[in-house]
Amino acid sequence: MRRTQTKKSCGHWVAAWLVSVGLFLAGGLTGSLIQPAMAAGNIKIAAVFETPIEEPWVNQIHVALLKAKKELGVEYTWSESVKAADFARVMREYAEKGYQLIMGDSFGTEKIARRVARDYPKTAFVFGSGIGPAEPNFGVFDNWIQEPTYLSGMIAGKMTKSNKIGVVAAMAIPEINRLSNAFCAGAKEVNKAVKCQFSFIGSFFDPPKAKEAAIAQIESGVDVIYAERFGVIEAAKEKNILAISNMSDQSSLAPDTVITGPVWDMWPTVKYVVGLVKAGVYTAQDFGGFSYMGKGGSYLAPLHKWDSKLPAAVKAMVAKRKQEILDGTFRVDISESAPQ
Amino acid sequence: MEILSQILQVGFFAALLRIATPLIFGTIGELYAERAGVLNLGIEGIMMFSAMAGFSGAYFTHSLWFGVLVAVLAGMLGGLLMAVLCVSLGLSQHVSGIGTTLLFSGLSFFLYRLIFGQPSTIPVIEPFRTVNIPWLAKIPIIGPVLFDQYALVYLAFLIVPVTSWILYHTPWGLNLRTVGENPQAANSAGVSVAATRYQALLIAGMFMGLGGAFLSMAQYNAFTFGVISGRGWISIALVVFGQWSPYKSMAGALLFAFIDALQLRLQASNMIHIPYQVFLMMPFVLTILAMALVSRNARAPAALLRPFRKEER
Repeated sequence: MRRTQTKKSCGHWVAAWLVSVGLFLAGGLTGSLIQPAMAAGNIKIAAVFETPIEEPWVNQIHVALLKAKKELGVEYTWSESVKAADFARVMREYAEKGYQLIMGDSFGTEKIARRVARDYPKTAFVFGSGIGPAEPNFGVFDNWIQEPTYLSGMIAGKMTKSNKIGVVAAMAIPEINRLSNAFCAGAKEVNKAVKCQFSFIGSFFDPPKAKEAAIAQIESGVDVIYAERFGVIEAAKEKNILAISNMSDQSSLAPDTVITGPVWDMWPTVKYVVGLVKAGVYTAQDFGGFSYMGKGGSYLAPLHKWDSKLPAAVKAMVAKRKQEILDGTFRVDISESAPQ
Repeated sequence: MEILSQILQVGFFAALLRIATPLIFGTIGELYAERAGVLNLGIEGIMMFSAMAGFSGAYFTHSLWFGVLVAVLAGMLGGLLMAVLCVSLGLSQHVSGIGTTLLFSGLSFFLYRLIFGQPSTIPVIEPFRTVNIPWLAKIPIIGPVLFDQYALVYLAFLIVPVTSWILYHTPWGLNLRTVGENPQAANSAGVSVAATRYQALLIAGMFMGLGGAFLSMAQYNAFTFGVISGRGWISIALVVFGQWSPYKSMAGALLFAFIDALQLRLQASNMIHIPYQVFLMMPFVLTILAMALVSRNARAPAALLRPFRKEER
């Protein structure tokens, strides 16, 4: 009997250990573990991400911060896969360690991030958010990339033969709706007969499901599809139709399938914010404007193989509209209501 | 009617089988564990870990089947951990299972980062192609649906009758069921409860591994963090739905996949204007409804969740 008890308590220890190691590994220390030791530099930036850095949205922030490390000589470290329960702790750790600028995505942890920021008024917090900035130190940005999405829609409207184009998106939230709507509006401007079909997968990342949703659209006649989520391009490639990528240049996934797509570039935002922090003049602002085409915060991905395949008339039409957007003479309407 | 004729086409039934496949692997795996008296809540993490391991194996060797083998071994490793915790140490199956899921999902991303670093684009493999069975694939409608699928889809539907035969027609199957119902009796009959449960958990891990491999190597061509997205948890529910029987569990997986494939096509058709959340809910709601109606008299294996210690009564 005694032996059993020892065995039992030893076992409980093992279980407790197992759970904590699992949480530790899941809890976002991977980034810092394999980070090289930080070089001495001027300002220190930390990023806290809810997902692994492979998540396309997060990846664009991460890439821009890596560029800042290289070109602006800042120190940069990050934590990924930080779940809501750990988010405040990780943010606080960086703030306590003296990082001057803390960035991240806060859609799932909006309230937590704002609460932590209030406790460190001397630290600059700049987070991806669908709502406004908060004094004194909580700045926001967002993927305002509806302009290149509109241009992609124009291409889709011209390239469809069935006059059915599709969008496979995560869910009907403002950030995603304004892209879906801009895509469809662009297509409708150049092709009155075009019909837009929208499917949602109900989660931000489930490529197998997004692929099935795309296949369902393709089988109903869609022949140009906007891959708002991962998984869609693979379906388009398999079924031999055309695709528009999203967020980054994804032509390499399927060069014959992906024509182009909106790219979000966080570099102008990061550069501007780092400049403010360095100069000691940072204030809470909405940095969303730095994601517009005019500031270089978004653009249409290079055509690669399609440079020779896209009809000259379509290229000229897109180039003209692009110039009008850059000149400020054409404004892409922002519609954040659920697409119909 | 117009909608139905648009939807109920070859593509729909092919999608149904693809969506059902990882669920069947997960469900049959879980079934072995539970029939032996162990609830394996590690399934979600084990499937994720196998998806990662299988993908990595295929990525470096350029051999998809080697990747599948790695995924199977990774799944068995997960099964072994569960066995050590719940059988040898006799711990709470709930805690061990959740712990295994947390450990293995954390480990998946950690190892992925160690192996692949931080690539600017996600590494991909050339995934499995569908295997077209000559002659049979030419049969109208049934042909392209049933005989032009991924090899792992055929395998999934093969393991269901095999599992049923093993459980109900072999001495080992009888031992397994006895261990799950009445381990004391099995023990007095000279059957090693611990060994049987170890074997069951290893087989369970193997099938969970196949489920993970299907998702990262056939259904998709990369390992990403959402690749399992709760399919392990769904499998656990489907075992209950199927009243711990292989065929009924498969029916559950098919029902779920049927409604999922249907809702994706209803969304795409743009013909019914209701909020998309209703479509997304459909597979879950209808499966729960069916479960409530069909599985009311379902009875779990009597020794489920109970660790077995020889010296205790």
